[in-house]
Amino acid sequence: MKKTLGLAALAAMLACSAAQAQQVNVKIGVLSDMSSLYADIGGPGSVAAAKLAIADFTKDHPNVKVEMISGDHQNKPDVGSNIANQWYDVDKVDMIIDVPNSGVALAVSQVAATKNRLFIVSGAAASDLTGPKCNADTIHWTYDTWMLSNGTATAMVKTGGDTWFFLTADYAFGHALERDAGAVVEKNGGKVLGKVRVPLNTNDFSSFLLQAQSSKAKVIGLANAGGDTINSIKQAAEFGIVKGGQKLAGLLVFASDVNALGLPTAQGLSLTETWYWDMNDANRAWTKRWQAERNAAGKYPTMIHAGVYAGILHYLKARLALGGDPDGKTVAEKMKATPTDDILFGKGEIRVDGRKTHPAYLFEVKKPEESKYPGDFYTLKATIPANEAFRPLPEDNCPLVKG
Amino acid sequence: MFEIFGIPSGALFGQLLIGLINGSFYALLSLGLAVIFGMLNIINFSHGAQYMMGAFAAYLMLKYSGLGYWPALIIAPLVVGLTGVIVERVFLQWLYKLDHLYGLLLTFGLALIIEGVARNQLGSAGLPYVVPDALRGGQNLGFMFLPNYRAWVIFASLAVCISTWFVIERTRLGAYLRAATENPTLVRAFGINVPVMITLTYGFGVALAAFAGVMAAPIYNVSPQMGSELIIVVFAVVVIGGMGSILGAIITGFGLGIIEGLTKVFFPEASNTVIFVIMAIVLLVRPAGLFGRRA
Repeated sequence: MKKTLGLAALAAMLACSAAQAQQVNVKIGVLSDMSSLYADIGGPGSVAAAKLAIADFTKDHPNVKVEMISGDHQNKPDVGSNIANQWYDVDKVDMIIDVPNSGVALAVSQVAATKNRLFIVSGAAASDLTGPKCNADTIHWTYDTWMLSNGTATAMVKTGGDTWFFLTADYAFGHALERDAGAVVEKNGGKVLGKVRVPLNTNDFSSFLLQAQSSKAKVIGLANAGGDTINSIKQAAEFGIVKGGQKLAGLLVFASDVNALGLPTAQGLSLTETWYWDMNDANRAWTKRWQAERNAAGKYPTMIHAGVYAGILHYLKARLALGGDPDGKTVAEKMKATPTDDILFGKGEIRVDGRKTHPAYLFEVKKPEESKYPGDFYTLKATIPANEAFRPLPEDNCPLVKG
Repeated sequence: MFEIFGIPSGALFGQLLIGLINGSFYALLSLGLAVIFGMLNIINFSHGAQYMMGAFAAYLMLKYSGLGYWPALIIAPLVVGLTGVIVERVFLQWLYKLDHLYGLLLTFGLALIIEGVARNQLGSAGLPYVVPDALRGGQNLGFMFLPNYRAWVIFASLAVCISTWFVIERTRLGAYLRAATENPTLVRAFGINVPVMITLTYGFGVALAAFAGVMAAPIYNVSPQMGSELIIVVFAVVVIGGMGSILGAIITGFGLGIIEGLTKVFFPEASNTVIFVIMAIVLLVRPAGLFGRRA
């Protein structure tokens, strides 16, 4: 069956290249965590978002033929780069998208650069992807550690939280988040009193919370993600940290984490995201379509899913404009040259370092009595304009910027 | 206030107490494993998944029938224990005569299936579960704030551990059970229904895991991978204590909780490796574990 399809595709390609120049064949690979801790923030939801993007684009441009495959990197950088190698070389995938987990994303980004094929990051957070580790084949779409810390930490310091203690997940992502947030705190006149590096997937944070408590810092910064964030917030509530006058700053909190905590525990938490399903009519309408595609009525898409959708749309626009079968750098240049515009993120641009910019939003988690329907999680506190939300180019240390 | 190695004594006492609380979870989980290995010779790798099932059962009961924490503490272990009985009847009973490896592979496979189904049905991010009203708040002990729920965890875990140890080591029922594992044919000759006893023992071990799961639901993230994160540590605890030694599992559980707690103060990065370092040392010096009998 596969063989026949392949032959058919090949035949179609040959026929078309002869007869009709505009015919564009594209193959996209969605590489994500399909079965572990990040499967809800990316995973099958990202595949659903990709399907929506492809359906929307090919409806208006029937001469673009898009094929999509998906894979599970299991949060292991070696598995991720193996799949990326195989997809680019054997399966002739033109572009890989998503890849939550910064460790895996950094590995895949290297593969993309060696093969000169495109890689669009939506799921991973490390700002190094468009910093010292940037390359001409990688575009970072949705968010990053600099933007998260800039949004949340600036707001916290401005409202009086000027002394910080970090609980940091002990790997690339946590270190990046701690470094970026610490810099923001100090830039705004605050002070970092201490930090503790916690192994990934720690079950019990009480010991670390006690250390944070005795530091007397006004804010406890949670430089972690997923289950670690949920456990630390849940246990901070239990140990009366917030009641004792210290504030928690969740530096990376997704709607799915808030759902897992429940509003009684999560209320009052400040967080930064670039997309929220309930923010406007366009987002709500898209969420309905996503839920139908994902076949999950009670689930809500995250900003990562939105990033996969928007990233694919912009990529396909560039492919349509270029035609043929260009290499990764050429497509990336075209994508950077074209201003971005889609229903989910609005207008924006992709900078020379590969960083996609758009506004970021500072939210506060609602109290249980303020929440009117399932999924009604946040109140919008502030909007950070696109040109302030992400790290300024000169501070990047990205070789592409210097060159 | 005096200092020990540069840490104020108050903070140190706090950390010791927290270590004890974590130790009580280790003790509760390793107790079930030790019972199952000691009596059935099965290395129950699905213990973590069964612990997760306990927490999920509590969540589902609250969501669909409004039954809160206290009923869940009794009903969830019963229900999950019943699934254990079915597993034993359908699969495990055929494996006792084979190498340990077969039981390990079977239960490991079951664990993967259970986790996969849970992830498929309920997602991977986790589900909310709050501390019951009666146990909200806490006591200020001067050197630390002790949440009431944590105090309850220590109490419940000690009570369950001691009574299990008592039943198995000091009662007639326990004597039958131990005899049945030594020499099933002879015990059967005395008119005791050995297979039923073994089945119920497995069910009991599984129920202990589910009990720990319900205890964990209000303070840890209720997610499909909650068990697999914990199970490796718990296995190390059982190995250090001596495979199948019930008293060993309990004492090592509490002891390692405390050692881990201290590591979190002095060298936090190593806090999830320290138990395995101890395991390696113990295996070198005493291959049968601290409380194990030499085979």
